Amino acid sequence: MEYTGISAASGYALGIAFLLQDQQLEVVKSEVPKDHLDSEILRFEEALGKSAQQLEAIKERTRQTMGADEAEIFAAHIMVLEDPEYSGAIKDLIRTEARNAEWAIQEVTDRFLKLFADMDNEYIRERAADLKDVSNRLLRYLLGIKSQSLSEITEKVILFSHDLTPSDTAQLDKDKVVGIVTNIGGRTSHSAIMARSMEIPAVVGLQDLVEKMKAGDFVIVDGSEGKVFVNPSEDLIQRYKEKQTGYEAQRQELKKLVSQPSMTPDKHQVELVANIGNPQDALVAVKNGAEGIGLYRTEFLYMGRQELPSEEEQFEAYKAVTVMFGKHPVVIRSLDIGGDKALPYLDMPKEMNPFLGYRAIRLCLDRTDIFRTQLRAILRASAYGNIKLMYPMIATLEELRGANKVLEAVKQELLAEKIPFNKNMEVGIMVEIPAVAVMADRFAKEVDFFSIGTNDLIQYTMAADRMNETVSYLYQPFNLALLRLIRGVIEAAHKAGKRVAMCGEMAGDLTALPILLGLGLDEFSMSASSVLPARALVRKLPSAKAQTVAKAVLEMDNPLEIERFVKQEMQRLI
Amino acid sequence: MEKTFKIKSPSGLHARPAAMLVQKAGSFPCDVFLVKGDKKINAKSIMSILALGIEANEEIVVITEGEKEAEAMQAIGELLEA
Repeated sequence: MEYTGISAASGYALGIAFLLQDQQLEVVKSEVPKDHLDSEILRFEEALGKSAQQLEAIKERTRQTMGADEAEIFAAHIMVLEDPEYSGAIKDLIRTEARNAEWAIQEVTDRFLKLFADMDNEYIRERAADLKDVSNRLLRYLLGIKSQSLSEITEKVILFSHDLTPSDTAQLDKDKVVGIVTNIGGRTSHSAIMARSMEIPAVVGLQDLVEKMKAGDFVIVDGSEGKVFVNPSEDLIQRYKEKQTGYEAQRQELKKLVSQPSMTPDKHQVELVANIGNPQDALVAVKNGAEGIGLYRTEFLYMGRQELPSEEEQFEAYKAVTVMFGKHPVVIRSLDIGGDKALPYLDMPKEMNPFLGYRAIRLCLDRTDIFRTQLRAILRASAYGNIKLMYPMIATLEELRGANKVLEAVKQELLAEKIPFNKNMEVGIMVEIPAVAVMADRFAKEVDFFSIGTNDLIQYTMAADRMNETVSYLYQPFNLALLRLIRGVIEAAHKAGKRVAMCGEMAGDLTALPILLGLGLDEFSMSASSVLPARALVRKLPSAKAQTVAKAVLEMDNPLEIERFVKQEMQRLI
Repeated sequence: MEKTFKIKSPSGLHARPAAMLVQKAGSFPCDVFLVKGDKKINAKSIMSILALGIEANEEIVVITEGEKEAEAMQAIGELLEA
């Protein structure tokens, strides 16, 4: 069977399907004869022992691959497993009720869950999730169901999931997960971005495919065309094996461009840089020839944990990346949390319209304690390389000035403490709210650079949710309204002698690149895996030609027509 | 043995402090109980401690009974008063 979704990360993968889903564990209540009660309790104790062994192994692996903090989660699970009141109550229940172990586990677990649910404490309510995890592990063992936890994947698989949360992706091991398929999402959803940055072929937006799958189905993922084949013919498997080989060969060819300049044949130079979320991504960016970091998403430092990261921890994470890039720029974006990225420990209220609400710079200007800690860490790291600071979600000049005021206060603090930092660190803003694009001439006087965040700029300009597939016809980068906004921002910035970057998904799109180059964009920041294909194109595309293309495109009005036109022009060129 | 303590940890007896108490209590052969109000629970059980919901500045009674009860009380006292 063939299914078509949205291409999220290119490349080809062949393998066995692994279904990640909330398993419904069917527990039946059955009577156990009195003379079998001892062996029933023994069965339960064996499940306890085996589960503890599994958890110890997972904890150790997590400690090695992800660090001590992440491993703590599993230490907490082991503690629940060893809780004498928990296991004691289960054994008592088996004996007094003469029932099976599975039923007793469920009964006792529910009792504790009820206790926890009534507590007025976020931390304890979260422990309910640990308990649920542990009881599911015990039940899976007793019911003979193979475990489905991400960190326990031991062979190469293709991961199927309704959606992938940031904490799911944090656990992905790219040596084990060779392809990703999800029901929901688009090219810019979190799972797609992560898949691209980890270079795992991925197809998203497949609606209900995951429900139709059986664990162990053989699958081909065509991340380039957005196709998934379930139990394909031998013929097709053979064809895709060849495609995969060809794709790998092409990648090897591209690797030759790693240390070549991003210069057009008529000697116009641009910068091709990478978007990253953590120091590990920075390594991938270097391998792919990125000339710096155009967007360091700091929110990942804040996610998947119990409390705010300390100044020291952030300083290390920022310093590690800037040291890696030396004199090349590393643009660090201050915390962009809220919207679809919430932090449980900040206790943020649920909002009707999170994308229009309390997030990013709005939150930072309110919670200056959080903001100051981050600014201190960024400034301290600026002493070790070429760091630039960028504020997200700026809407007004007042917000920009407010943020700069906090920055200035932190600088004074560091000066007084005699802590070194780069006093001339450049400060720029994201252009992702149409209000800023319209006011670009005024902002240009007060910033060192702009970076156009197209993912949100498209969403806010077209009033179309980027996760909503039914309005995806509006969420198009080739809308003339968007292209005009981009042109306006570049013109205003250049008039003031400032540079313009783009760090949305559009910057890595090979069809958008000729238009953006023609409009005069200075810096393109994209997933690491897009850098080399973009460089190959830049090195073949005269900037004069790009300008002609951009000019022609701005006379058109249909996104599909624009896309077709650019593709044709590029084909002629190559 | 019985002794009353006031919880100093600003986050109460949750998270790390609770885990450390369980580990400490579990390292002794004697029984260890915590009493808050009319509830008495097994201090070797992390879930029972969490379910007791002990906040900062609350008073709890620690009871140790059996082999090495004095040593256990001493060690737990050091932990709670640290």
